[in-house]
Amino acid sequence: MKFSVTWLKDHLETDATLSEITNALTAIGLEVEGVEDPAERLAGFKVAKVLTAEKHPDADKLQVLSVDTGEGDPLQVVCGAPNARAGMKGVLGLPGAVVPANGMQLRKSAIRGVESNGMMCSVRELELGDEHDGIIELPDDASVGHAFADYQGSSPIIDVAITPNRPDCMGVYGIARDLAAAGLGTLKPIAFPKFEASGACPVEVRTDYPEGCPAFHGRVIKGVKNAPSPEWLQQRLISAGQRPISLLVDLTNYLMLAFGRPAHAYDLAKLSGAVVARRAKAGEQVLALNEKTYTLDESMVVIADDAQVHDIAGIMGGEHSGVSDDTTDLLLEIAYFDPARIGVTGRKLGLASDARTRFERGVDPEFLDDGLDLLTGLIVELAGGEASESVRAGIAPSEPLVVALDTGLTSRLGGVDVPDDEQRRILESLGFAVDDNWTVTCPLRRNDIEGAADLVEEVVRIHGLDKVESVALPRMDGVARPTATLAQLLERKLRRAAAASGFDEAITWSFLPSDAAEHFAPEGEQLWVLDNPISEDMKAMRSSLIPGLLMAAQRNADHGASTTQLFELGRRYFRGENGMSDERPTLGLVLAGDKTQRGWAAGKAAQFDAFDAKAAAIQLLEAAGAPADRLMVMEPVAEGTGGQFHPGQSATLRLGPKKVLARFGMLHPATLKAFDMAGPVAAVEIFLDAIPSKKAGKGPVSFARPSFAPPALQSVTRDFAFLVPEALAAGDLLRAVQGADKANIVGARVFDLFTGGSVPEGQKSLAIEVTLQPGEKSFKDAELAEISDKIVAAAAKQGAELRG
Amino acid sequence: MTELTSQKDAALAAISAADTLDALEEQRVGALGKKGWVSLALKTLGQMSPEERSEAAPAIQAIRAEVADAIAAKRQALEAAELEAQLASETLDLTLPAPDTAMGSVHPVSQVMDELAEIFADLGFAVATGPEIEDDWHNFTALNMDESHPARAMHDTFYFPDKAADGGSMLLRTHTSPVQIRSMKEQGAPIRLIAPGRVYRSDSDATHTPMFHQVEGLVIDKNIHLGHLKWTLETFFKAFFEREDITLRLRPSYFPFTEPSVEVDVGYSNEGNRRVVGGHGDEPGYDWMELGGSGMVNRRVLEFAGIDPDEYQGFAFGLGIDRIAMLKYGMNDLRAFFDGDPRWLAHYGFSPFDQPTLSAGVGARA
Repeated sequence: MKFSVTWLKDHLETDATLSEITNALTAIGLEVEGVEDPAERLAGFKVAKVLTAEKHPDADKLQVLSVDTGEGDPLQVVCGAPNARAGMKGVLGLPGAVVPANGMQLRKSAIRGVESNGMMCSVRELELGDEHDGIIELPDDASVGHAFADYQGSSPIIDVAITPNRPDCMGVYGIARDLAAAGLGTLKPIAFPKFEASGACPVEVRTDYPEGCPAFHGRVIKGVKNAPSPEWLQQRLISAGQRPISLLVDLTNYLMLAFGRPAHAYDLAKLSGAVVARRAKAGEQVLALNEKTYTLDESMVVIADDAQVHDIAGIMGGEHSGVSDDTTDLLLEIAYFDPARIGVTGRKLGLASDARTRFERGVDPEFLDDGLDLLTGLIVELAGGEASESVRAGIAPSEPLVVALDTGLTSRLGGVDVPDDEQRRILESLGFAVDDNWTVTCPLRRNDIEGAADLVEEVVRIHGLDKVESVALPRMDGVARPTATLAQLLERKLRRAAAASGFDEAITWSFLPSDAAEHFAPEGEQLWVLDNPISEDMKAMRSSLIPGLLMAAQRNADHGASTTQLFELGRRYFRGENGMSDERPTLGLVLAGDKTQRGWAAGKAAQFDAFDAKAAAIQLLEAAGAPADRLMVMEPVAEGTGGQFHPGQSATLRLGPKKVLARFGMLHPATLKAFDMAGPVAAVEIFLDAIPSKKAGKGPVSFARPSFAPPALQSVTRDFAFLVPEALAAGDLLRAVQGADKANIVGARVFDLFTGGSVPEGQKSLAIEVTLQPGEKSFKDAELAEISDKIVAAAAKQGAELRG
Repeated sequence: MTELTSQKDAALAAISAADTLDALEEQRVGALGKKGWVSLALKTLGQMSPEERSEAAPAIQAIRAEVADAIAAKRQALEAAELEAQLASETLDLTLPAPDTAMGSVHPVSQVMDELAEIFADLGFAVATGPEIEDDWHNFTALNMDESHPARAMHDTFYFPDKAADGGSMLLRTHTSPVQIRSMKEQGAPIRLIAPGRVYRSDSDATHTPMFHQVEGLVIDKNIHLGHLKWTLETFFKAFFEREDITLRLRPSYFPFTEPSVEVDVGYSNEGNRRVVGGHGDEPGYDWMELGGSGMVNRRVLEFAGIDPDEYQGFAFGLGIDRIAMLKYGMNDLRAFFDGDPRWLAHYGFSPFDQPTLSAGVGARA
């Protein structure tokens, strides 16, 4: 909310400086967002008198003026304004001054060959209004040579942010009241211009919907003469950022901006019959003052007469019956609307207005009569006319909230000791009535007050939050206890393990373009899709971390990055129970571009393959504490129809058939095409929620590990080369070999694989190195032979034949 | 004997002249081999009388030793020369590049979240989490923002078409505050927690992204007041920025879920184009910057969360994680946080070994 210091001083008797005022505003919770001093913007513009005006020798529409600036010789100025003439006073911009409207700096120049030493300015050029038909004409008593800013009485404009709980401060008067309470001066009583009311209001005013419009007061004024507003009124509206329109419009705006009290004026000539606050009919339409048509429903309140709707109650008036320059008779409306209904209506219609902002927060229910009289008095004073008696329909809320205040709460909750009499003074200066027993009656305008805590807030904010001293939180004895949960520890370990393995951690959007999200959605999964996305690119919640990372890799490739190794730790979003979400912590990882660049030692660049993904998956699962020795490489998970991973170069890592801990492999060419990626891309997804965690048992944590001593005897290795069917998975053979003699075999690994040559068609040769660990005694030859036989027999069950 | 001496002199000369191990071996066999002249001389001792033997033996042995030593010395010299020649042939140009060993990085948001956890753990705060797809009740109603509350309009909420079991809208949480409600309902009071995480508002410009990170703080206990809130935030910022001259200004404000509500400003100065936290905002050259909202938890919120507001009270605060990360580590473009650009991540990301600890200082030095 913007207002000038001059305006503030209409209501606050104060000697405070601008900075004292702005500091106090911020300190009491009316945050100053900016201060603008028009005097700075108008520097270099002076009151000047035109001494002579001659025609320009070379231009029909220009005149050459001789202008008195109050000092030195008159200046020659070329001017194109039709109203420029000898003897008038106006505003001269001197060389060096910057024109507020366009930022242009004036300088001495020649216009069509005639020297010009400045510019006579229009209203619009100085951003004082829209008028641009000619230069500003100042009254004869304007004193030549004065800075125009001084002459104009411009004062600094303060912009404050009013929090939604303080509709009482959505008027300058309310702000003045708060400042007075904070000791910045004295609140002046409201000056009510006197007027004579005669005769009953000739228009019937009713509220047929007291829930939506509890009170509707009105009055008719006949015989007014609408005209431009006087200077003081225009200045105030301009300081608030409002464009002056005409007296009648400006005065209703003034009431709202000065006292937080929206009102509406109808052109009586456009009304027929009783004027009624009622529920809107479904589908009823109204053309509002913003020249847009709104379709209403039954939850909304309107002001209507026999013929049509004239006002979307509390939000915006109708175009048809608004006052115009020709209006002579008018009906004033001052009503109280239910704040909640105004908010709902405003949101439904998507219609914001200054009136709505105030009504939906709650205007002062005690300021209907005074507001109406004040507005009437101002209209009669400035526009003439005869006012009728007021008419009142309905009753505004009148039951004040009464709160029992324990003054000790101020220190218990607010952490600051404020003497009782100071607490009383603060509350009373804000309009609260405090009796001897600390029963506090709240002013109706303070609908934000719900209980004692709110009164503490009032006391503390006016007393000064800076007086709250820091007090240490009670601390547990000794060293701080660990707080991280197992899930948090898991994430931390995985994150740093992935970073240590060469991956950069990315954070990508939780929402994706629908097609990207759908491409990675499991078969049949109904994604969470936003109703009101900010763009189509951020619409569907991801069910995989891979698409976001893939999009990043694609952008990086566009930047010319030869390799992208990104991971992200975040959630995937699924459907949960009771309509809630099921958000699963996940690590996604993408390997795109070159694994190694071409080099002097290795030659050509190498690309990532599925085994790079497998290595990353297993390494990270081990870091996460998953039992790596029990992981099984199994078939890919069922995917959506599009194909996410390459069907022959992807797999899952599982503990048991249903417990999928991770998936990895090369992405499907269709995926790469859909994401506009060139070249193979490997990816991994680790499902953190599937990783079995070490149980957090009751009682003290045990750090001791099972006892272990390295075996005294050296292990021995034996190599076996098998011919196996080509389709046999190496892992199956390996597992069979390893299981052949669990007591003695401690390791088995594939060290060679080949096909062709001496290997028959349809078969492959797999060579396995088996590590045997003797216990107490070294193996005897017979024992080794026996173990070998077991291995060969176990392998044979898989269709493997020992090569001779 | 004279003959032996001259044989010895000849052998020593030959040994000295040997320039290969093979030539040296030839000399060894000629002298010390089974049929070598030294060996033959030793054999003659058996046929001698004891007297002759006692005279001749030491002389022959001495010659034998002298020849053997010379051979050993020469062997060592020849072997050393050979190794040197081999090594000389194996020289590499070590200015050639070694294979790349990639080191990845931890995102600044994660790093700062770890820092938060570390600092607040010392103050007895646990880390809590909650869903990002929330229902209206937890995101708004339980935080004292019912359907018609004007403050809702300030939240720029993303909605889903789906409805919760109670009929309320499903939405993306606009703040981490719903975690307060869930945690209080689950754990009751007393409670101390922080809740960091992703939040969403439909807002996008130079300084706002539709997804960003917040951390919520909550302390509910007996006799907790605004002074404790101030101390907690001061203590946190001092630890976080690792400087003692942190000055906070509390400013009255309004949040439906706190009463009284205060905005937290911190003093800062400009160094170059960068804001540096520290100092008193009212001093010349300094100013105040808003860091977050806070206040004493509204009674109604405690009631919604099943806590008796006559027995317990406390404070809550919310801070922007991305923002304090930018202030601490000097990033100036929020949008780059979510680009996944390796160049940015390499520059602003952190080593995995920069795990924040109190003993090292939680910050990772530039």
